[in-house]
Amino acid sequence: MAALPIALNSIVSPRKPNKTKLDTYECGIETVGDAWVQLKGQYYIFGLIFLIFDIEAVFLFPWAVAYDRLQFYMVLEGVLFILILAGGLAYAWRKGALEWV
Amino acid sequence: MSDPFTTIGQFIKDLLIGIGIDAVVTDVALNIVGAVVLGGLVGAAAILLIWAERKLVARIQDRLGPNRVGPFGLLQTIADALKLITKEVLIPRGADRYVFIMAPLVVVAGVIGMWAVMPLAPGLIGSDINVGLLYVIAIGAIGTLGIIMAGLSSNNKYALLGAFRTVAQMLSYTVPIILALLIPVMLAGSMGMSTIVEAQRSVWFIFLAPLAAIIFFISSIAEVGRAPFDLLEAESEIVAGFHIEYSGMAFGMFFVGEFIHAFTIGALFAVIFLGGWQGPGAESFPLLGLFYFVAKSFLMYFVVIWIRGTFPRIRIDQMNSFNWKFITPLALTVFVVTAILDKLSVEAGFNRTAVLLAANAIIVLGTLFLLRTHARSLRRRLEVTDRPQIQRSEAAGD
Amino acid sequence: MTGPQIIFLAAAAVTLIAAIMVVTVPRLVHAGLWLILALAGIAVLFILLDNGFLAVVQVAIYIDAIAILIIIAVMLTRAVMSDTDPQINRMWLASALACLFIMAGLLGIVAQAPAASPSELVEAEVSMDALGRALVDVDGFILPFEIASVLLVAALVGAILVAMTPARGD
Repeated sequence: MAALPIALNSIVSPRKPNKTKLDTYECGIETVGDAWVQLKGQYYIFGLIFLIFDIEAVFLFPWAVAYDRLQFYMVLEGVLFILILAGGLAYAWRKGALEWV
Repeated sequence: MSDPFTTIGQFIKDLLIGIGIDAVVTDVALNIVGAVVLGGLVGAAAILLIWAERKLVARIQDRLGPNRVGPFGLLQTIADALKLITKEVLIPRGADRYVFIMAPLVVVAGVIGMWAVMPLAPGLIGSDINVGLLYVIAIGAIGTLGIIMAGLSSNNKYALLGAFRTVAQMLSYTVPIILALLIPVMLAGSMGMSTIVEAQRSVWFIFLAPLAAIIFFISSIAEVGRAPFDLLEAESEIVAGFHIEYSGMAFGMFFVGEFIHAFTIGALFAVIFLGGWQGPGAESFPLLGLFYFVAKSFLMYFVVIWIRGTFPRIRIDQMNSFNWKFITPLALTVFVVTAILDKLSVEAGFNRTAVLLAANAIIVLGTLFLLRTHARSLRRRLEVTDRPQIQRSEAAGD
Repeated sequence: MTGPQIIFLAAAAVTLIAAIMVVTVPRLVHAGLWLILALAGIAVLFILLDNGFLAVVQVAIYIDAIAILIIIAVMLTRAVMSDTDPQINRMWLASALACLFIMAGLLGIVAQAPAASPSELVEAEVSMDALGRALVDVDGFILPFEIASVLLVAALVGAILVAMTPARGD
């Protein structure tokens, strides 16, 4: 049951008491300005690139664990894996998908 | 005694079983107590951490820092915490009550959860799973979830925008962290944190992979959101970002969470690259190992604070291009080169350390050369555009 | 009732309830958060199967990346924060029937499997080393391994094409 400390450690985040003297009243935003906020699609692209590299990490971590016992061509296969992804990143760079909005 | 932790644990366990409590229940109960103690200690350490930061930053800025409340101002943080506790937590009208309150808890839980797999001393680890490093990455990103929850539930357009920008930055900088952390896993042959520490018995990983260590360090600072990468929550910049509507202890938890996260980064660096609890005599005296671990973590925390006090704040688009156009390609290069050369050097029989250090040096030189050519081409482009104006003003001045 | 059984029932209950809330809750953003809870429940189920690696992968990919992506996408398409959509449309009878059929099929497949406890079915202690070696072994999964990276790049290129072209259009 080694998973227990992991789970419990996440539950043990400090909950400190709050003394509310008044009842909560309305707290508005600083200026009653525009009613809508236009989110940029660029945030989605960053999340997507992160997702791609995250999945790639999931594949590469077991490969890295077995690294010591791999033969050289197996190492090259892993390098090929990451180079394909690097190519994808280069494509995104050229297309301007990496610019901050 | 040589191993106090195991001895005490065994003693308590025997005591409880002696009373007549079932062995399994004792195990579970002791695990719960251990988790609470660890979480509590880390949270309480925040007091020391915040004090250290304020003192250090003050000295860098040629002033004294808190020195009135308690000896050397040590109780300043407690005073601030008391103040925050007595402040009212305003939940704005139209905000999502439950999500609003849960958000800071998720953020802090994510940070403290990282300590569950931290090898504190030989034999002293919360949970020795064999996927420790991947777990750290996964739990670290749960904090970003808390930030989205905070931004979404605040019923505030600025909070929402700030939350998304912060999350975009955090997700972006996780990519080089993943790439940099692959190298210690390759060198140690395992993702388990205690195995990584034990694999550094002969030589610390910072000497085998200095570039990976630097990349991990810088990207971690950027992911935590500390200076010089703190544009999104800086007090003098945009209106406080995603925690704009938070007050009282709810805000306090975000604040404390950031400091604990910064210290956790130092501890992770110490474990992965500086050998964790390794040191002369650590094997036979676990307490000594614990001391080494804490000392190394504080050393890295000091470096984090040092960087904060020294560098100017970086603009958000500079931060972004720094990540995707510099750090990530650099991390990719280091990874590929290390993977190939390490295998070749082991098979050919060369000294691993020498080969890897040489490879890192070559990459550094290559990067500097590329940067210089890039800067030179930029400068040349600017000079070309400047020249016609100079000629025109000369003609006008005649 | 052994300990693992209790934990399993609790995790399964949490996952099911969260899944039901995902499809019934009126606010899309709340649905996203309930989805995260459901995914976390599945991660606990993986731990119960003695597979820590898949549990951590579940958290790292599903919760950290995909769930956040879904929430970002929801916020992109709906600028209004409190949106309520009718949760049932005209086709509810057809979709209910389709779900029943799929469920019956799944139950039929599961009922045919030999009765065994999970610990008998899976090997204890997933060996990371064996997994890593199998991924690049010529007799192993090398082809799916490389094709996976091509697939990921294809997804990336496709998404960028779709996202960037309209921007140049206006």
